[in-house]
Amino acid sequence: MMAAISVARSSCGLINGLKVSLRSVTRVKYGAVSATVPQTSLHRSCRWYSVSHLSVKERIDQKRQAALQGGGQQRIEAQHKRGKLTARERVQLLLDPESFVETDMFVEHRCADFGMEQDRNKFPGDSVVTGRGRINGRLVYVFSQDFTVFGGSLSGAHAQKICKIMDQAMTVGAPVIGLNDSGGARIQEGVESLAGYADIFLRNVMASGVIPQISLIMGPCAGGAVYSPALTDFTFMVKDTSYLFITGPDVVKSVTNEDVTQEELGGAKTHTTVSGVAHRAFENDIEALLNLREFFNFLPLSNQDPAPIRESHDSSDRLVPSLDSIVPLESTKAYDMLDIIHAIVDERDFFEIMPNYAKNIVVGFARMNGRTVGIVGNQPKVASGCLDINSSVKGARFVRFCDAFNIPIITFVDVPGFLPGTAQEYGGIIRHGAKLLFAFAEATVPKITIITRKAYGGAYDVMSSKHLRGDVNYAWPTAEVAVMGAKGAVQIIFRGKENQAEAEAEYVEKFANPFPAAVRGFVDDIIEPATTRKKICQDLEMLASKKQVNPWKKHANIPL
Amino acid sequence: MTLWMIGNMAAHSVPSTLKRLLFAVKYSPLQSRCCAVQREAQYSTISIPSEKTFDKILIANRGEIACRVIKTCKKMGIQTVAVHSDVDSSAVHVKMADEAVCVGSAPTSKSYLNMDAIMDAIRVTGAQAVHPGYGFLSENKEFAKRLAAEGVAFIGPDTHAIQAMGDKIESKLIAKAAKVNTIPGFDGVVKTAEEAVKIAQEIGYPVMIKASAGGGGKGMRIAWNDEETREGFRFSSQEAASSFGDDRLLIEKYIDNPRHIEIQVLADKHGNALWLNERECSIQRRNQKVVEEAPSTFLDPVTRRAMGEQAVQLAKAVQYSSAGTVEFLVDSKKNFYFLEMNTRLQVEHPITECITGLDLVEQMIRVAKGYQLQHTQDDIPINGWAIECRVYAEDPYKSFGLPSIGRLSQYQEPLDLDKVRVDSGIQEGSDISIYYDPMISKLITYGATRAEALGRMEDALDNYVIRGVTHNIPLLREIITHPRFVSGHISTNFLPEVYPDGFKGHQLEADAKRELLASAAVLYITAELRSAKVLGTQRVASTPVECSHWELCVELGEERQDVEISKSGTVYTVEMDGAKVEVWGALNLASPLLPLTINGTQRMLQCLSRDAAGVIVLQYLGTLFKVRVLSKLAAELNSYMPEKVSEDTSSILRSPMPGTVVAVSVKPGDTVAEGQEICVIEAMKMQNSLTAVKQAKVKSVHCKPGETVGEGDLLVELE
Repeated sequence: MMAAISVARSSCGLINGLKVSLRSVTRVKYGAVSATVPQTSLHRSCRWYSVSHLSVKERIDQKRQAALQGGGQQRIEAQHKRGKLTARERVQLLLDPESFVETDMFVEHRCADFGMEQDRNKFPGDSVVTGRGRINGRLVYVFSQDFTVFGGSLSGAHAQKICKIMDQAMTVGAPVIGLNDSGGARIQEGVESLAGYADIFLRNVMASGVIPQISLIMGPCAGGAVYSPALTDFTFMVKDTSYLFITGPDVVKSVTNEDVTQEELGGAKTHTTVSGVAHRAFENDIEALLNLREFFNFLPLSNQDPAPIRESHDSSDRLVPSLDSIVPLESTKAYDMLDIIHAIVDERDFFEIMPNYAKNIVVGFARMNGRTVGIVGNQPKVASGCLDINSSVKGARFVRFCDAFNIPIITFVDVPGFLPGTAQEYGGIIRHGAKLLFAFAEATVPKITIITRKAYGGAYDVMSSKHLRGDVNYAWPTAEVAVMGAKGAVQIIFRGKENQAEAEAEYVEKFANPFPAAVRGFVDDIIEPATTRKKICQDLEMLASKKQVNPWKKHANIPL
Repeated sequence: MTLWMIGNMAAHSVPSTLKRLLFAVKYSPLQSRCCAVQREAQYSTISIPSEKTFDKILIANRGEIACRVIKTCKKMGIQTVAVHSDVDSSAVHVKMADEAVCVGSAPTSKSYLNMDAIMDAIRVTGAQAVHPGYGFLSENKEFAKRLAAEGVAFIGPDTHAIQAMGDKIESKLIAKAAKVNTIPGFDGVVKTAEEAVKIAQEIGYPVMIKASAGGGGKGMRIAWNDEETREGFRFSSQEAASSFGDDRLLIEKYIDNPRHIEIQVLADKHGNALWLNERECSIQRRNQKVVEEAPSTFLDPVTRRAMGEQAVQLAKAVQYSSAGTVEFLVDSKKNFYFLEMNTRLQVEHPITECITGLDLVEQMIRVAKGYQLQHTQDDIPINGWAIECRVYAEDPYKSFGLPSIGRLSQYQEPLDLDKVRVDSGIQEGSDISIYYDPMISKLITYGATRAEALGRMEDALDNYVIRGVTHNIPLLREIITHPRFVSGHISTNFLPEVYPDGFKGHQLEADAKRELLASAAVLYITAELRSAKVLGTQRVASTPVECSHWELCVELGEERQDVEISKSGTVYTVEMDGAKVEVWGALNLASPLLPLTINGTQRMLQCLSRDAAGVIVLQYLGTLFKVRVLSKLAAELNSYMPEKVSEDTSSILRSPMPGTVVAVSVKPGDTVAEGQEICVIEAMKMQNSLTAVKQAKVKSVHCKPGETVGEGDLLVELE
């Protein structure tokens, strides 16, 4: 798959491309070759059926049986040996018992080259299991790539099956979950396979913002295939068994002469801590699937649905006295924003997104009085909670997801500003910081903001301020809304003058408190921290009927 | 009533007066209930309102004891001044006091031991008296002198008594002279190791070596032979020099299997002295008390009287005034020997208050003002039985308690239970820091009988919610339910004898294990059923989950158990191993407390965490158990999941293999970045570079180049 993309791009890529294709061939060969090795009795009998005089019903049953077997017992065992579950086991675990309704069980690949047309190389259902089901009673569409059939490689038929359920998910308005475990393109099919990828990409893009799309990478996902997860809303990975990369270590070695392992290049740790490609990683298949079920509970089925409300055992007017002392008196001292979030949300239940990437901003889902909310918070514990390139991008994408799917956004602000420095400027902090600003500004879902401490400079504006149509903006008594910290401000205002310390004290007295913002109405109220949960719950109740529409446009032009 | 309302409010930490009012109103029914009981049982002192003491008292302490003193001051209508370090500026004692003064930075030597700053605070606030609490400056004669010089009353004994009793050698001489039984083989200052051995041999082994100036168990070593004596001498003298700046030691006969029983005395400045019965403090770890009770199961009235009278003799001999404690060691034949006298309010004073009905702090304040005692010896009763557990932020699984620190993310005292008293100085959101004692609170229960008090303690421990720090409730609950403790057959060696291999938590019997697993399974089902309940109208209808029968697999440690659950009404029947467990109760998924009725017995469990992967951490019978509940399918498939070594090696670097250290690239205090080389180990002709897995400061380095290390040896610790 990479091959084709490189070829298409430039002739120079051809060499690399060829190398990849060679590699891919070997990999897929592994699939194909082992399929030719001792034919299982099942396959032999399959061939026999085709010439026998079995009834149609019997043939249907036999095909179904064969489909359930995927690539055969041997392959299933090999899959298990790798610590991975089979495509069907995964679907079974993900969905409510007996809720899975499968489609296209009889679809087979259409390739007639390289001996693929032979019966022993045909597998009912091909290398993906598709259908719909329920998670805690709620509708979801699922595809699960089957590594036991040609290494889960993507054939035209495979792509067609995925497209079919995506199309239906769109018409019905229900999320799509993809369980990725695929060696890549079906080399034997060539361009057919590439077309298949593109068909999926297109649907990913069309569905974006209409229905939630979630990818769980449970095995290899390389080359062009990575762009499907990249287009979906959330990408989760399984530690040690899943990889995402454009080109594998061999190609990297030949092109850039870098020595790198699969794990280092595209493992779960890399993507959840360094690249920010994946949103979370889980220990193994089971934990990943169970967590996915939990995560699904937070999401609405589509952009036509409100954020779901679940029965809550946590009273909405619960006071949280521990918050009264959580912000340290010294404004330079750190605290953990997660402590505030856990204390405020229902049952301390917070599903954090990208917990190990750009940790200076915390984003994730929680519930307030049962209703799903998106939480964004600066994290004073990491890099003082400043905004930098990575945290801006992380926050922006999350805010846009919430806005697209009617999930109210609660923002906790303690931000000293944007991170200065050449690395940031050269990296384009202006462009990337603008994304977060853009996302907050265009969001029309209920927006509640709580300034816990610092809200300095442009970062104050960005963090869901009143000026960006914040619905309810609160300040804690510890809030300091100002252009900058006292020291810096005094150095500018009283440049060259003596008595800087006195001036600083005056500045602190004047500006390092919530009043300047409160007297101007930039915050709606200064509240006791202990009452924060109660207030937010009341406000969300009121804002449930919020209606706000942005001017008509084909689409906005967010600074990408 | 007032007293307890304040106490409760402190626990809820509401700063504004308005809030206080609201709270008081909200919680008053509950409080008045427990107050009524408590007032009756605890401080039934005849208060004489006209008796004027002080207008304003400064409390030179922090934490629970500062709060405890403030409570009595409020009751007596005395203004209070708290002192605090900078990190304590929003501590409970600061909020409770009428005024507060910051006396320095976090380290105790810079704040709570900073006499200059405290003297300044006294001057600024105009406090007329100082209550020192325990620890810190409570037995510091210098402090008492400085107060006297400024004409400020010290709520405690006079300087000479502090001095006389503060020195272990001198105090024994005085005790001997006052005809108080002292430990045989008592001797003086020791200069060298050989001298120590000679003395030890004269006394006869075993002997105990400790610093003269040290209180409690500090600097105390037990030697059974010459070699250990030398070692103990070396160690104790070093510790004495570093901790007390005074390297004098003493060596005395070590009493094997002793009980630690102390007598509370109360004396006034007019030569009157009373003994307020004993406290049994034998349950100790590393010579620090953990569980105390009053009275002792061991003493008969004759011994009690003898001990009490000797304690009073000693108090009179040093012209003691205020509350004090005379500690004795009691051997199995009820011979008792004077150990030391503590010239302050003891940590465990509440149990004495519970059984005598006196408010010791009030008495101390009265005495300091110069009033005569209100009681005679015949007025001092033993009303019922009281037990105190010291709840510490520490990990009991490591040598019965190594300190842990953290933020109390959730904290709920079992104050809604009858006849439970909690003396604490923290609240939800408080930090347990490295700077101070890791005690969370003193949990006191009382009743007409010991059994009643113990039963209550069990309930109180089960109802006590502490999250965010590791605590010793598992150990406390094991102690108070252990048959040896219940029978009263205890000594100071109780813990090492009962748990020779260290504390391992509650060992579940088959029945209890079934109850635990059943509870976890029921909780799991409750959460599952709730997940399926989506409220509001839905565009795409949900498929209702109408299930009343489940097959699950529950794992506890290595064990796996298939269980079948059926629900009828609100009752869950859990079947496993052919046995049935019926569970029902308030299954509130937001509450840390899980009051369940299991097979007809009421149990208070606590749920610490519940995750998507089925892991449920429950506190059951005091101990935390990690249970994993999976559907049968998930459990079957789980067998394919590879075992992953759970490693928290982020702050500890251990040698991954036996080898030779080739190079160490860091030294303590260095900051290392993630991936930075820490050291190189050569093994099997390969040089392995060991790197930091996180950015951190190097705490300590335990290896040097050229050294041979074994697999798993600690190389470097990060902070």
